[in-house]
Amino acid sequence: MLKALVIDAGKCTGCKQCEMACSLENEGEFNVAKSRIRVFDFHTEARFVPYTCTQCAEAWCQQACPVNAITTDSMGVKIVHENLCVGCKVCTIACPFGTVNYNASTGKVIKCDLCGGNPACSEACPTGAITYQDVEQGGFDKMKVWAAQSANAASSEGPNVPKASSASGTGH
Amino acid sequence: MGWTGKVLRVNLTNGTVQSEPLNMEWAQQYLGQRGLASKYLCEEVDAKCDPLGPENKMFFATGPLTGTCASTGGRYSVITKGPLTNAIACSNSGGYFGAELKFAGWDMVILEGKSPKPVYLCIIDDKAELLDASEIWGTSVWNADEWIKSKHQDPMMHVATIGVAGENGVLYSAIVNDLHRAAGRSGVGTVLGSKNVKALAVRGTKGVKVKDPRAFMKATNDGKKVLAENAVTGSGLPTYGTQVLMNAINEAGAMPTRNSREVQFEGAHDISAEAMATPRTTDGEKNLQTNQACFACTIACGRISKIDEKHFTVVNKPQYWHSSGGLEYEAAWALGSNTGIDDLEALTYVNFICNEQGLDPISFGATVSAAMELYELGLLTKEQTGGMELKFGSAEALVKCVELTGKAEGFGKELGLGSARLCAKYGRPDLSMTVKSQEFPAYDARGIQGMGLTYATSNRGACHLRSYTVASEMLGIPEKTDPLTTDGKPALVKAFQDATAAVDSSGLCVFTTFAWTLNDIAPQVDAACEGDWSPERMLEVGERIWNMERMFNHRAGFTAKDDSLPPRLLKEAAQSGPAKGLVNGLEKMLPEYYQVRGWTADGVPTNETLSRLSV
Repeated sequence: MLKALVIDAGKCTGCKQCEMACSLENEGEFNVAKSRIRVFDFHTEARFVPYTCTQCAEAWCQQACPVNAITTDSMGVKIVHENLCVGCKVCTIACPFGTVNYNASTGKVIKCDLCGGNPACSEACPTGAITYQDVEQGGFDKMKVWAAQSANAASSEGPNVPKASSASGTGH
Repeated sequence: MGWTGKVLRVNLTNGTVQSEPLNMEWAQQYLGQRGLASKYLCEEVDAKCDPLGPENKMFFATGPLTGTCASTGGRYSVITKGPLTNAIACSNSGGYFGAELKFAGWDMVILEGKSPKPVYLCIIDDKAELLDASEIWGTSVWNADEWIKSKHQDPMMHVATIGVAGENGVLYSAIVNDLHRAAGRSGVGTVLGSKNVKALAVRGTKGVKVKDPRAFMKATNDGKKVLAENAVTGSGLPTYGTQVLMNAINEAGAMPTRNSREVQFEGAHDISAEAMATPRTTDGEKNLQTNQACFACTIACGRISKIDEKHFTVVNKPQYWHSSGGLEYEAAWALGSNTGIDDLEALTYVNFICNEQGLDPISFGATVSAAMELYELGLLTKEQTGGMELKFGSAEALVKCVELTGKAEGFGKELGLGSARLCAKYGRPDLSMTVKSQEFPAYDARGIQGMGLTYATSNRGACHLRSYTVASEMLGIPEKTDPLTTDGKPALVKAFQDATAAVDSSGLCVFTTFAWTLNDIAPQVDAACEGDWSPERMLEVGERIWNMERMFNHRAGFTAKDDSLPPRLLKEAAQSGPAKGLVNGLEKMLPEYYQVRGWTADGVPTNETLSRLSV
């Protein structure tokens, strides 16, 4: 079973425990500047949004790498091989989402590798905003919320249009 | 480990910066943040100095757990001599600034002297420089924050800044970081302004290491579990914020109302957490949009609110239509119950302005409240208020006041003095609800007796965060005591004061102590820091800090006379609620408190006590 990080931004409080867990796992210290996952603060819109690599099936970072330093493992994870990476940063340009980044202190790029199948960020998240789930069922929780709402709407008056929910991942 | 071991010393007069090693001997005695920076203050600053003169210094200090994954490990404190009180000042803030300072590699920043022109201190890892702030001098917290990030093209920077209040000498100006978290009390922002420093901007890309990572992860995970399973930290605070207290404290008859004339506010429900979470009748939206955590906090009590766009306060001001820091209990009380105002949207607006201009909402609200009483007694006239009808219950007047105070315009200039100086000026010092010239927070000492002793003996003037006996007297944490009696309160206050000083020095938030005791905290400190940190040692560190702070105030000229409460709390009985008929029994508690502290009958630590604690 392939698994993926599923992010429900509506549950995020902006505490950055995910960033600290990530940096501890990958850098051996608490250092959010070196985290592979980032929480963005849109607090004027009352939203906090964690964001990281989604492990694209057809990964542009991998295709762009001139020295084949990025490979795909059996779980579909795109992994940067530090011994091969020459720090050319072409992958950082190729990635449409900005989730591959250059680490100036090592001269290599860094990206999420799902911690070898046990992502530290999801384990550290105190609110369940980041979960590690079967990739084929990532949307089921959202579907369930919408299903419940449409069932309610159908059984009462009012239009059959569910309102945005926290599970929609877009905040309140 | 835990500590970075580095202090950044900035001489503002000469414009120089230098790195020096942290005094590790002191770190072992005073831990960090509040305790350690207070030690530096006591060693380096004359207690008799003018707080707004160049001889005063400022210490921006993190704790050893700041910048780690320990829950709430993101705090910093500003320590200085305070201009509101002339006593030691220590204001603690969350948000992300403290952790960023640690990530830049610094335990502490010391500001000395006075800059000849407006500057801001920019720290990017090892590099620190004083830069020209003339373009942001005279502008708001929110503008300065945005300008600095845009100037450095770095949205990841974190900024702690004053608004115009701190520049204009308002005596309770705050230092606001991350737009709406504040080192709020005692006028630490006024001191920064007096030094011609607008802001500190920090970007850190270094790591924080701990002594024993495995033990640290175990201790912090154990701690997080305790917080998650506790009713207050796991459910009450994230859902309702500190505003969870509004209805409860009101029912307990401990809600200072209309300048403490009453102890219950009939409009409490309308400005409560429940009201914030209920869709408005006007636009169907909730005042409360979401909750927010400070750095590393797994409680997330912060409020993010949005004002009704049609409300009179903002109807023509689209710049306030976005979400920002909403009402916490202290602000809702100070701006609301204490002024008799039950308009939630107006209070939220005034809170926004306090953040934007850099005002402490507790002292501001309490000062307006005192002014309202002076006005109703005819001691302040409409001419003197610049035409304002300064009556209890008037949201319009409160809004006008906040708009004038930060700018120090018109009557706002007098409000900027704080309630003690204002009431003295108009001939009724007894109407100022202050201790050591600092305004009370949101607990009436007639309904919660221990808080009377807490206020009277707090080293930074009236304050709830020095010994939150509300936890014991109201919530039964760690054990229930009767809020209406003075029995056992001296020892209770001492225990809370000492434990809190230790928590404040670790880099953690005192709100964790709704669930945690030092038995939960000490293992986290111990796994992060050199030295063996037992709960007993933490408590001793706390007691050492308390006595050291007390000695600073003693040298500054404070005596037992200053450990007092306004006559209203000692002579005018509560008129309603469970405390009906009661005054605060301070005179019964104070002598016993001095005794359990090991102080003389005049409230001075004995040589024996000081030497036992190695102060």
